[in-house]
Amino acid sequence: MSVGLITSVVFIGGGVLWILVQSVKGRDVDRRWIFLFIGSTVALALLFHIRFGEKATPIVKAAFNQIENLPEGASVLIAFDYDPAMEPEVGPMADCFIRHTLARKHKLFLMTLWATGQALMTNTVEDVLKPEFPEAEYGTDYVNLGYKVGGFGVINVVLSDFRAMYPTDAHGTLLDSLPMFNKVRSLRDIDLIISIGGGTPGVKEWVLFAGNRGNIPIVGGTAAVVAPLLYPYYPRQLVGLLGGTKGAAEYESELTGNYDRFKDMDTPALRMMGPQTMAHVVVMAFIIIGNIAYFRSRKREGK
Amino acid sequence: MATGNGNRKSPSNAVKIILVIVAVVFLISWISKATTGMADSTWLNIRDGFLITFAAFLTLSIFSFLYNDNPFYKFAEHLYVGVSAAYWMCLGFWSIIVGNFVPHASKTLSTFFKVPFQEYSWFYYVAFAFGVILLMRLLPKAGWIARWPLAVIIGTTAGFNLSRYLHSDFMSQVGNTFQPLFVDWQGAGHFFSNLSLAADGQLVMSAGNWIVVVGVLCGLVYFFFSKEHKGMFGAASRLGIWILMITFGASFGYTVMGRISLLVGRITFLFDDWLSIL
Repeated sequence: MSVGLITSVVFIGGGVLWILVQSVKGRDVDRRWIFLFIGSTVALALLFHIRFGEKATPIVKAAFNQIENLPEGASVLIAFDYDPAMEPEVGPMADCFIRHTLARKHKLFLMTLWATGQALMTNTVEDVLKPEFPEAEYGTDYVNLGYKVGGFGVINVVLSDFRAMYPTDAHGTLLDSLPMFNKVRSLRDIDLIISIGGGTPGVKEWVLFAGNRGNIPIVGGTAAVVAPLLYPYYPRQLVGLLGGTKGAAEYESELTGNYDRFKDMDTPALRMMGPQTMAHVVVMAFIIIGNIAYFRSRKREGK
Repeated sequence: MATGNGNRKSPSNAVKIILVIVAVVFLISWISKATTGMADSTWLNIRDGFLITFAAFLTLSIFSFLYNDNPFYKFAEHLYVGVSAAYWMCLGFWSIIVGNFVPHASKTLSTFFKVPFQEYSWFYYVAFAFGVILLMRLLPKAGWIARWPLAVIIGTTAGFNLSRYLHSDFMSQVGNTFQPLFVDWQGAGHFFSNLSLAADGQLVMSAGNWIVVVGVLCGLVYFFFSKEHKGMFGAASRLGIWILMITFGASFGYTVMGRISLLVGRITFLFDDWLSIL
């Protein structure tokens, strides 16, 4: 057991005990202590680099296998439908999907239905795609279609014709001059759609307007808040789903476990799962303490 | 007569001291980030140092609301609202007017805005006219006319969603409920000899499918009000409400996870990008 983990456990244990004593005595605990305690727990776990192992669950493994089993050179569309608020959760998923698809030599079509996704998509291209895959050629191996306004209307149109909505790519190059678009006329020519997001339009819209209508397999990567709403689509309408940081961490562990070239890659989601787990323990302790305090107060009142 | 500023108190000395301390701390932080920057030019280092320091200041300002409402939080909040409004206004112009309308409306305008002209289409003029009519809401006497494009928007969206949701969220979801209750069943001998608690094992997968089927049926029974919830029907209804409660609990758990992730993200930014101590 590391010093960091012991320190964190002592800190959490001491804090929880103090709050338990206060609650049992019937004293109110100021909510600001709770905020401070959660913040300190997360900070400690980050400072001490506390990590826990992750193993891919079937729903994440299904997403991984879907990309793994595509033939080399398959067309994969990745939609970056998120904003900076969701970035800590879904950003690591985007990095993983880019790494995995390019390692499998698939052709990448990058686009976003969120205006705020444009800059984040560019960050991923500049920080992950270009440095780690210098051999990937623009227009031949990947293309950046950028942002297009219209929400699900865009999906509706590109399902029948990409050029009707995107006469050019994000850099103003005509699609017809890009080799990747020689055989791709519409979404129906895409082998897999990976939708990363957590709002509207997002994974649900891709399922509704592209997956079901075009019979195109869809993998989702989503913020934790909306993940429970998407589980019912698995496994037929969604072939795999990454829910929140946990899903991203599982995918990272699957990627590092299966590819030697990714063994030393940056794993932000796995790094986040340490503080996440510690914070969850604290929240669970608070729920238990809250219930103990409630039942004791009922007993005191003679109910 | 009281003036608009009549009730405004001048900040106390303690507040002034806090403001000065905060300003000095972030100024030092800016200088420190600028001098230790990795960019090629000094100007870029100064700019990046300012951006990171200012982002850290805004993050801490928003967090300060957890203690109490205060001027730092108010500043960050107002800045966010103002910047967002301006951002979406500009984005609307460049992505909708310039991005969608101009390439189909005018060669001259396309050349002016440097977007490739596609082809004339009367449909885009109709959409543009509807957009202008929507703004009629601002005129008290002509406000009623804005209801027409609004009706088109609502009707079109409803039409699109009705057919899609009917297919995807009703028909396909009913199909998804028909799960094999005994996954990969090859007899009791095979089942017991390969008994495993692995997530992708036969036992767990089969149990999961039982929960889906029973959960859907009992959930539907709970919302069936034409028969009194008594006997077997009542038991199924009670199980239905339990299933619903567990679902809400799972959703709440995911929400907590999402919020903690955001906290981890922000603290990582403060520790790594700003303070460089990770």
